[in-house]
Amino acid sequence: MPDVSMTVNGRAVRGTAEGRTLLVEYLREHLHLTGTHVGCDTTQCGACVVHVDGLAVKSCTMLVLECEGSAVTTIEGLAPHGGSLHPMQAAFREHHALQCGYCTSGMVMMAVDIARRLDEPDEATIREELKGNICRCTGYHNIVTAIVAGAKAMAAERE
Amino acid sequence: MHDFVYHRASSLDEARRLGAEEAAAFLAGGQTLLRDLKHHRRTPTSLVKISGVLPREIDLRDGGIRIGAGATHAEVAISEVVRERLPALAGLAGHIGDPAVRHRATLGGAVVAHEIAGDYPPACLALGATVHTTGRDVAAAEFFAGPGRTALEPGEIVTAVTFPVPAKAAYVKFLNPAARYAMAGVFVALAADGRPRLAVTAARADGAFRWREAEAALAAALVGDALREVRMPLDGLAEDLFADAAYRGRLAEVLARRAVSLANGAAPGVAVFSHGSPLRIGVER
Repeated sequence: MPDVSMTVNGRAVRGTAEGRTLLVEYLREHLHLTGTHVGCDTTQCGACVVHVDGLAVKSCTMLVLECEGSAVTTIEGLAPHGGSLHPMQAAFREHHALQCGYCTSGMVMMAVDIARRLDEPDEATIREELKGNICRCTGYHNIVTAIVAGAKAMAAERE
Repeated sequence: MHDFVYHRASSLDEARRLGAEEAAAFLAGGQTLLRDLKHHRRTPTSLVKISGVLPREIDLRDGGIRIGAGATHAEVAISEVVRERLPALAGLAGHIGDPAVRHRATLGGAVVAHEIAGDYPPACLALGATVHTTGRDVAAAEFFAGPGRTALEPGEIVTAVTFPVPAKAAYVKFLNPAARYAMAGVFVALAADGRPRLAVTAARADGAFRWREAEAALAAALVGDALREVRMPLDGLAEDLFADAAYRGRLAEVLARRAVSLANGAAPGVAVFSHGSPLRIGVER
């Protein structure tokens, strides 16, 4: 099997994978990072969103071999282990932006990406940006509120 | 998904050699190809990863914007030169799929995939784009050959697309509110020589097409009212669970008028509608 080496949550990872192994399969089944979820496996729901080289991607629609030499960040790597939550995670908790939680890791990773690209977007923009992240519980209201607050906290942290 | 051999091409020449093999497929951003592999619509025995060797520069040259095939939709959407000179195309790229898809999907992949609801094919047709490959330059009208098919030969790779800068242009699409897929889209452009072109996507089962009757009606003046009496022929329109042919035809007629109005507006760009309400008009940030 081909070799693959990359950085996952700041840690060097080296292994082998079949050509067809998806990034999300590798994260969950080889690295046991099960915070990244598979909802639809068809690029629609966004439960599998992670960051590759700083950009949000759907890890169900990327081969792990495409990540050779890349830096991958999953929900587990967003805040240091045992440390305080990332501001976006804290905002999701504060605003109760979840119900069952299945979509949450993808939502948080997408939200961080949105805030990095757009600084402090308004609610309408956030709703549009969430086009590829589906929540079947909450109706999005608290998620949008949390992203507004999380983006604000991230901006404050940058200053 | 079936297994396959994965090659990472280190040059375009190597990619052409590997890709010319029978049952090889080129992998750029993978946002269409990986879906097709999962659904067993395609069963290549090898994938040749080419995004590392595709050009991705975006330059203004000879009255056109030349965009490298490896440029992602996100890169096209935020490109200064595209936003300034062809805002309709920047807005189009910024509304394909979703942000995560736009970080991976490429211009080259989009034209080669030639999806029937694709956004780039109508832009290529309405702007009179030229598709550059490893072997030749092909007019967009000759490049697209039915849904999912193009004029590419085995081993031939799209390296860039040149979009002539028009005097005016706009793109309007209507999304199914649940699936968020275009049920019809219209790209209208007034070329620098004053010639109008109007292309429709997602309406016909055989892909994007130029709507000649609409273009003829717009020849005298690019105004929405000129299209009031023009009817979309229902023959060949796509029918699915979202819309029948009559609905799609009517939608295309309405979107064509809105596209013309938008092209004449102060901020020509892109409008995306769903259930009649504009989600966003103008240019993507």
